[in-house]
Amino acid sequence: MSETKVKKMLFILSKATLENVYAAFVMANGARMEGIEAEIFFTFFGLEAIQKKKLEHLHVATVGNPAMHMPTMLGGLPGMEALATSMMKKEMEKLNMPPVGEFLEILKDSGVSLWACKLAVDMFHLKETDLIDDLDGILTIGDFYGRANEEGTHLLFI
Amino acid sequence: MEKMLAEKPVNVNEEGYLLEFAQWDKDIANAIAVEEKVELRDDHWKAIEWIQSEFKKDSPLSIRGIKNSGALNIKEFYELFPGGPLKKASKIAGIPKPKSCI
Repeated sequence: MSETKVKKMLFILSKATLENVYAAFVMANGARMEGIEAEIFFTFFGLEAIQKKKLEHLHVATVGNPAMHMPTMLGGLPGMEALATSMMKKEMEKLNMPPVGEFLEILKDSGVSLWACKLAVDMFHLKETDLIDDLDGILTIGDFYGRANEEGTHLLFI
Repeated sequence: MEKMLAEKPVNVNEEGYLLEFAQWDKDIANAIAVEEKVELRDDHWKAIEWIQSEFKKDSPLSIRGIKNSGALNIKEFYELFPGGPLKKASKIAGIPKPKSCI
């Protein structure tokens, strides 16, 4: 890629399904590798990706996801999500995709800022100790918009 | 296309990556580094050597690979080659642009 006009990418991750979490992580990491600044704001269910106890147990969505090519009723059977998730994790490992915890470390080391949404943290009654140590802080959405205050910044909702 | 680097003709692609690793030497690395606005010090050479050894083993470069390399960590890597470390380091090391997304 030649020079890009994109200077900073701000991601808002609102979901905790594996495919969405990885989309945000791969794009944030990819931005840093191109010399673009990147930050992620974890809100609502996206917060599961930065909860110490939950981040290694995220699942692929098997219901309400037509691309799974599986009847919705089957997708809802016990164990289906776990099965689909373990299959996807195997495929990702083949591509050298790190697990969520290791990916968060990579993002942090690469200079990606990680923020939790204050409203969602309050709503789920989470304490700071429930969240990963690498977190940069808990912000209101207003604070987060403040971080978009320069030319060439883009916001992406996932 | 042919390009003069360190007073030697070398074959590069349109983005400036060497097409033949055999043409690489330390003078050429320094010349590319000047173009990339990187001043090569000992730590840079350590990173370059590690990248080249991976290349010779045919193992694809990724940022995760840097983390697990034991030779350098990701933070240092970003500090050594600011603004696109994997691409810049590969170019200076004389190997093709990495194709990995991670």
